[in-house]
Amino acid sequence: MKKVIKQIPLIFCFLSLISCKFDSEVSQKTIEGKEIPIDSTITGDPEIEEFIAPFKEHLNKTLDSTLAYNPSVLSKGEKGMNTGIGNLMADIVMEQANPIFKSRTGNSIDFVLLNYGGIRAELNKGAITTRDAYNMMPFENQIVVTELSGEKVMELLTYLEKGKSAHPVSGINIKMDKDFKITSASVNGKSINPEQNYFVATSDYLQQGGDSMYFFSDPVNLYDIDYKLRNAIIDYFHKIDTIKAKQDDRFIKE
Amino acid sequence: MKRRNFIQQTSAASAFVGLGGLSSLSFSEAPKHITILHTNDVHSHIEAFGPDHHRNPNMGGVAKRAVLIEKIRKENPNTLLLDAGDIFQGTPYFNFYGGELEFKLMSKLKYDASTLGNHDFDNGIDGLYAQLPHADFDFLISNYDFSNTIMDGHTKSYKVFTKNGVRIGVFGVGIELKGLVNDKLYKETKYLDPIEMATDMSNTLKNEENCDLVICLSHLGYKYDSEKVDDHKLASKTENIDLIIGGHTHTFLDEPTIVKNKADKNVMINQVGCYGLYLGRVDFYLNGSKAITGNGKSVEI
Repeated sequence: MKKVIKQIPLIFCFLSLISCKFDSEVSQKTIEGKEIPIDSTITGDPEIEEFIAPFKEHLNKTLDSTLAYNPSVLSKGEKGMNTGIGNLMADIVMEQANPIFKSRTGNSIDFVLLNYGGIRAELNKGAITTRDAYNMMPFENQIVVTELSGEKVMELLTYLEKGKSAHPVSGINIKMDKDFKITSASVNGKSINPEQNYFVATSDYLQQGGDSMYFFSDPVNLYDIDYKLRNAIIDYFHKIDTIKAKQDDRFIKE
Repeated sequence: MKRRNFIQQTSAASAFVGLGGLSSLSFSEAPKHITILHTNDVHSHIEAFGPDHHRNPNMGGVAKRAVLIEKIRKENPNTLLLDAGDIFQGTPYFNFYGGELEFKLMSKLKYDASTLGNHDFDNGIDGLYAQLPHADFDFLISNYDFSNTIMDGHTKSYKVFTKNGVRIGVFGVGIELKGLVNDKLYKETKYLDPIEMATDMSNTLKNEENCDLVICLSHLGYKYDSEKVDDHKLASKTENIDLIIGGHTHTFLDEPTIVKNKADKNVMINQVGCYGLYLGRVDFYLNGSKAITGNGKSVEI
C-alpha cells in the first residue's frame, strides 16, 4: 500500500505536466491588474469628510495662526556662502538648544552646522505661521550636540571647502579665498585649535552620516537634546515678533 | 502529502484513466472572481491635493478613495483591500495626531490588512504601538522579529482570507530599517532575510494552508541596480507567490510588471506610486471565469 501511495502522486505529477494544475480547487488562474486614478471625477464620501472635519479644523487653526512677522522674503537662492534663511535656521538651533545643553552638561555649544539641502522651503514676506515651520522642516529630525576633536573639526572645514555650498552655520566665522580654500575659521574670536575639542550642534540625520558628513559619525561624545528641529523653529517663532535674519559675513568667500 | 489532496488527486487520476482522454477532462469547479484593491505609501495624505497643486491637482484624498472602493465592492463583494506600508508621515496630520486619523480612516474604509513601512516607525516603535487600538485590521510582517519589543504579538506573519470559497494567503515583508530609521526608534526590532521568509511563508500558505492565491505585501522597493533586495529579486528567487503588492520606492507603473519566478511561472508586481493618488486593482479569474473589467494587463499564472 505504501508504494501505491507514493506512486499515485508521481503519476499525478506527470498528468499535471500535460494537462493543467491541480491546486485543491483551482485549476486555472488569470490575473489582471491596473491602477485607477483618484481624480476630480470622483466626489468624496460625505460621511468620511464629516469624520475628518474636526481634525482638519483643529489642524488648520493651529497651522495658520500667526506666530511672527517676516519683513522680507528669505530664500535659499540668495548668492554667497550664507543665506538669510540658512542663518535663521542655524541661529535658531543655537538659541533654542544651547540653554538645554548647558543645563544638562554645564557646557556651551561652540557652533552649529546644518546642511544646505535641509532648507526645504523659502519664507515669504508677511505673517509667519506654524505651517511655514512645517514647510521649512517637514522631517522629524532631532537636534543633537557632538563633541568633536579639533582634528574632526578640521575635517569638517575640508568638507565645506569641497562642498562649495552655503551650509548653514552659527557661532563660527569662516572666510574662503576665491577657490573655496578656507583662509580663516574662528569660534568666539579664536582660530580653530586642532588640539581642542568643540561642541558642535547639528541634526541627528547629519550626525548619522546624512549628506556625507562623516566627520560627525564617531564623536568623542554625543548628546541628545530631545528637541525636534521643527519644534525649535516653532518655539522660536512664538518667542519673537519680527524675524531679523539676513545674509551677513559669518561665512564668506572672496 | 495531506490526506485531502491525496483523495482528490487519486480520484482525479482515476477519472482521467477512466475517461481515457485529456479532452474529456472536466472539472466541477465554478468560475470565481476575486478582486484585490491596494494602496502604498499614502504618507498621511488624508485630503486631496488642492486645485492649484503643480503636479497632482485634485488628486487623491481618503473620502474619494472610499467612494471608489465601495463602488468596486458593490460590483464584486469578493474583494480584499490591502496596504503596503508607509501609512505615516508626510503631512501635519501625522505630526499632530500621531497616525490616529490614518488608522481610523483605514478602519472605516475596511482595510483587511497592511504591512509596515520604515516611516511607520517615525514616532518610534512606541508611537506605532500607541496607535494600534485605532486599527481594525491586521499588520502582516514576516521578517521583523519584534520579540524584544513592545510590538511583540501585535503583528502576524500572514493571514488567510476566504472569499467565495477561495483561500487567499497574504503575508508581509519589510525593508531593512538600519540606516534608514534611527535605531532608537525601531529599538530591538530584528530584521530577517526577506527572501528566506518569503520562501517559507509562500510555501506554508500554498502547501500547508492550501491557499489558492498567495499575495505578498512588500515594502522592499520596486527595483534597485545594486544587490539590495527588491520586488523583482523577491519574485524571481521564490515560487508560490502570485502577486506582489509593492511600496517604498513610490513607483508609478503604467501597467503591472510580470516577472518569472524560480519555477518559471508568472508573478505580478504592482505598486501605485504614493500619496493615495491611485488605487491599485488586481482581479483574479479562477477556473475559466472571464475578465470583465478590461483595459488592464492580464496573464495566466
